[in-house]
Amino acid sequence: MPGPAAWSLFRQRLTAHRHYWRSSAIGSVLEPVLFLAAMGLVLGSLVDRGPGVPGGVGYLAFLAPGLLVAAAMQTATGESSYPVLGAIKWDRTYEALLATPARPVDLVAGHLLYVAFRVTTSAAAFLLVLLAFGAARSPLVVLTVPVALLTGLAFAAPVTALAARLEEDAAFAALQRFLLVPMFLFSGTFFPVEQLPAVLQGVAYATPLWHGVTLARDLALGTAQAGPALLHVGYLALWAAAGAVFAARALTRRLVR
Amino acid sequence: MDRAPGADASVDPVGESLVRARGLVKRFGEHTAVDGIDVDIAPGEAFGFLGPNGAGKSTTMRMIGAVSPPTAGELRVLGMDPAVDGPAIRTRLGVVPQTDNLDLELTVEENLLVYGRYFGLSRATVRARAAELLDFVQLTDRAGDRVEPLSGGMKRRVTIARALVNDPDVVLLDEPTTGLDPQARHVLWERLYRLKQRGVTLVLTTHYMDEAEQLCDRLVVMDKGRIAAQGSPAELIAAWSTREVCELRFPLTEGGPGPAAHADALAPLTARGLAERVEVLPDRLLLYTADGDAALSAVLAQGLQPVSSLVRRSSLEDVFLRLTGRTLVD
Repeated sequence: MPGPAAWSLFRQRLTAHRHYWRSSAIGSVLEPVLFLAAMGLVLGSLVDRGPGVPGGVGYLAFLAPGLLVAAAMQTATGESSYPVLGAIKWDRTYEALLATPARPVDLVAGHLLYVAFRVTTSAAAFLLVLLAFGAARSPLVVLTVPVALLTGLAFAAPVTALAARLEEDAAFAALQRFLLVPMFLFSGTFFPVEQLPAVLQGVAYATPLWHGVTLARDLALGTAQAGPALLHVGYLALWAAAGAVFAARALTRRLVR
Repeated sequence: MDRAPGADASVDPVGESLVRARGLVKRFGEHTAVDGIDVDIAPGEAFGFLGPNGAGKSTTMRMIGAVSPPTAGELRVLGMDPAVDGPAIRTRLGVVPQTDNLDLELTVEENLLVYGRYFGLSRATVRARAAELLDFVQLTDRAGDRVEPLSGGMKRRVTIARALVNDPDVVLLDEPTTGLDPQARHVLWERLYRLKQRGVTLVLTTHYMDEAEQLCDRLVVMDKGRIAAQGSPAELIAAWSTREVCELRFPLTEGGPGPAAHADALAPLTARGLAERVEVLPDRLLLYTADGDAALSAVLAQGLQPVSSLVRRSSLEDVFLRLTGRTLVD
């Protein structure tokens, strides 16, 4: 189990973040504005002129909560790929920390705390934009932020485990190209996965992103039901927990040898 | 920078050694990096691991630093077992690694502030320590600068300050001055010497003989994972070299005879006890002797005409080369 050193790493990453939080904050607001304007409003006006999305809501209201969660996936994987490999291999900051009482499990926990912070603040900014665009249909829309957090951790933890095993960073580009981008496009963010052929639907259901997107959308539209919601939460928590265990193991094997 | 009261009493009450290793072994797969070494390091001493690259110095340091579990043998650090009490041991160590591993996104001062918190020190304590330490390593005026653009010597000093933030009983320094210019090295040596005078135990690795002679009370020479010799610098020189060395340089002519051809002419010198040993190098002959000037006179009397000659005191470098050979190690 992680100890107090996890908070020390969280504090260290926050101290670094303070140096460039402005540009990161601008991005956290600007990106949702651009996406919701281009796809939600402009593209959405075309979609809404046709048969539209199921549930009788406008495309903007359908898209916005999904994008909020998909953005969390990108933030979480971004923070857990190159920065983690860098801390292991390039800057070797993890080596410095393991010379203190900290253990690998503390570093994984501290890293995930920081990712949690980044994802939560970005998702909160996204939520404000979403509200400003009038894309919410239920007060439960505020719960999309914890859903984004959980989805972020479901990606951050396994990607951290991957980073702890890599010698070269080339695998991150492959991860982005062959897993994250297809997931982003086909896991229900932009259209219901029911539009896909049956085989691909099954694949979509297996992705953590689909669970996050679906739960966030149900909450934002006020159509969430306890049973499916718990299933989504459980599935995401499983990815996060298993990923964290693998990450701690991989980091121990890598750095304590 | 004053030592905490009672700090000495907390040091291993039973054994005298801060670090005690018996038959210590570290293997990585097929490769044996450390091959059964015995080491005792006493409180307050400056102890050096000397050796060529790949001798097992850094691996030994990592085991002592409780970040690398030994494969076999016994190891006690501060009276504790690193395999069991790793965090408790590391609380009382300061570590200066071979490659600087500062957080490049932080300022000089932030690096210290952030690091101190891992040792469970309060914000106020760390703040006070950081100010003292920045003064100690003469970086107070750079406190607010980002670390990344600093010179190698400055980064090294930040790393040393960071290693002292928890007021450690033992400081482990892995090649502390490799890659630094002479000015930076001398500044560091002087700071390390001050630490030693305050009673901090220093354990360092180096392949610089001058560094070992400057800093170490006692050292071991490691080669291929084993300890080849140990003692104080003076003891090692007495045991493994002569008092003086006479170096004779001969011209390197293409296809010419070279120094080796002259070695035979020196045989009478060794016979008369004027040189204990003659070493033949591609460009030089080295005469290991008690009296270098007498040996040189005898050489000239033999009719040999070296292009240059030098009589000097034996150094640790002579010991080192004798024990570990002149072959390049990669």
